[in-house]
Amino acid sequence: MTQISYREAVRGAIRRAMQQDKRVFLMGEDVGHYGGCYAVSKGLLEEFGPDRIRDTPLSESAFTGAGIGAAMGGMRPIVEIMTCNFSLLALDQIMNNAATIRHMSGGQFNVPIVIRLATGGGRQLAAQHSHSLEGWYAHIPGIRVLAPGTVEDAGGMLSAALNDPDPVLIFENALLYNDTAEIDEPVDVDIDHAAVRREGNNISLITYGGSLGKTLAAAEQLEADGISAEVIDLRVLRPLDDDTILASIAKTRRCVIIDEGWRSGSISAEIMARIIEQRFWDLDAPLARVCSEEVPMPYAKHLEEAALPSLQKIVAAARAAVGR
Amino acid sequence: MNAPDTKVRLTREHCRHLLHQMLRVRRFEEKCAELYTQEKIRGFLHLYIGEEAIAVGIMQVLEPEDAIVATYREHGHALVRGVSAGAIMAEMFGKQEGCSRGRGGSMHLFDAQTRFYGGNAIVGGGLPVATGLALADALSGKAHVTACFFGEGAAAEGEFHEALNLAALWHLPVLFVCENNLYAMGTALDLTEAETDISAKAASYKMPSEAVDGMNVVDVEAAARKAAAAIRESRGPYFLECRTYRFRAHSMYDPQLYRTKEEVEQWKGKGPIKRFQKWALDAGELREADVAEIEQAIAAEISEAVEFAEAGSWEPVENLTRDVGAERRA
Ligand SMILES: Cc1ncc(C[n+]2csc(CCOP(=O)(O)OP(=O)(O)O)c2C)c(N)n1
Repeated sequence: MTQISYREAVRGAIRRAMQQDKRVFLMGEDVGHYGGCYAVSKGLLEEFGPDRIRDTPLSESAFTGAGIGAAMGGMRPIVEIMTCNFSLLALDQIMNNAATIRHMSGGQFNVPIVIRLATGGGRQLAAQHSHSLEGWYAHIPGIRVLAPGTVEDAGGMLSAALNDPDPVLIFENALLYNDTAEIDEPVDVDIDHAAVRREGNNISLITYGGSLGKTLAAAEQLEADGISAEVIDLRVLRPLDDDTILASIAKTRRCVIIDEGWRSGSISAEIMARIIEQRFWDLDAPLARVCSEEVPMPYAKHLEEAALPSLQKIVAAARAAVGR
Repeated sequence: MNAPDTKVRLTREHCRHLLHQMLRVRRFEEKCAELYTQEKIRGFLHLYIGEEAIAVGIMQVLEPEDAIVATYREHGHALVRGVSAGAIMAEMFGKQEGCSRGRGGSMHLFDAQTRFYGGNAIVGGGLPVATGLALADALSGKAHVTACFFGEGAAAEGEFHEALNLAALWHLPVLFVCENNLYAMGTALDLTEAETDISAKAASYKMPSEAVDGMNVVDVEAAARKAAAAIRESRGPYFLECRTYRFRAHSMYDPQLYRTKEEVEQWKGKGPIKRFQKWALDAGELREADVAEIEQAIAAEISEAVEFAEAGSWEPVENLTRDVGAERRA
């Protein structure tokens, strides 16, 4: 067993995929000579050469679209988009091509591309580098949206994603890159289901990605007060794993959703709707959620902290839901 | 290595073939327009009438293993590439026997067998994809070419510049074919571009670039031969701007307020079919009887296509969400 970081886990997964399958290559801005802007691909250029660790010009739309074309041409591209804010320049390709071509072609063509994007705030990078857009992407049929919240998932989701015949977007919360864990062997992880990260009876805390750690910490604190919280890590934002969510609600009858996206039109709104549609009569308290405040992410540390979901807000929302 | 043969050999057989293909596209689309007014075909319908020489000229040089990416004005490209007229017509009827199972319609014709990768209704959206198909060929050591068709309107989009830069930077075997018909919907090129010479823009990305008379099928074929030979030799991109004109409205909804009847008539005088047919007859390469025979064959093919589409079936609504994603992961 060795201690590895989230960053190393992703790098290891890329390396293994490239060793195992000649069709796999990585492309994106600064993935090669710079070593990856989060140092994820550091050293891979030396190992695999510039054809397979491919630095691209600053042209999100063209290199994402080229990844789509290469996938249709039989390759297994991994495209890295530096920060999900920049993916908006490639949204045309992701939505109008990657997500639609299988359907529009009547099933004749598929797009087995994996797009990795850094997401999330908390680094005082202000509004143009800090947003969480995974919930938006989860709106789109035809793609799979993953949000690894653990080191194990960060390493294991990539190869599973590369085996998916359809486009997969992996949102890596940039605050997690330095997280470490004891990892045994790299394992392929399930990219269909949510995971129960902590069992509990009084309330379900549903979250994913960068909020998982805060939520687990909140659950610890609640435990000290005699509130037993179950923590669900969604892991897969599209397609949502209703069964795991609903099974937890059936047990706890209360729920708080923690989501780094903005409240309006967020993935948490979708989860609330599904719970109400399917388990309304089982609920003992109104559903609640902790989201980012409705502001472009501010630069100043105290303002940014106030805008993001925090441990205190999670604990407060959970207490309110259980009436304590 | 021998110098590649880039000459167009205008044998009687080849002349017949070129005329046949251009007339096929023309008559097919005239039929589409008629079926549109009968509401058999719905949605957007963009006709290629007037521009046939481009698809026909370019397709002469493509091998079965080459890939094609086109726009929403792609009936001609699909037909000449070898997608069956019946499958295209059925697609426009929305039938499940259509080449995209009725999921794409006129603007999204797809066909895996002929490596026809659509049918893309986002202006500029196909250029990066074509670049990527060529990248796949380059990385896997395949000697194919990807042909990418688009209008001059695409030159104003960032994707045009990004994709050209990428293809040139990475030496990818893409044949970019700009069909410059002077108007992007109703907006003339000189109202949208500071530099109206599209081939000059492409040349600035350090790829061989050429403008050709898109109303002359022989000129287009000759240029395409040269371009394809250059791509197969260099494995890098090539840009061909074909100067052309569409005789019909942008789509069936367009009242054409932006150009005069005189202008359209003037261009019709230079029509690619009219001109080539006259030349071939005058040169004794074709006889009137040939033309009549061709027309007859086309009429038969089209009526069969319409029958096929009429006889097609509606996909059961229970299948609505089919092909959004794979049934099972590989
Ligand atoms: C990105 C985008 N913007 C706008 C449109 C609407 N639109 C459809 S066709 C067209 C004109 C395109 O002209 P051009 O590229 O010259 O092709 P042509 O229709 O002349 O073949 C426009 C503006 C679109 N489909 N996609």
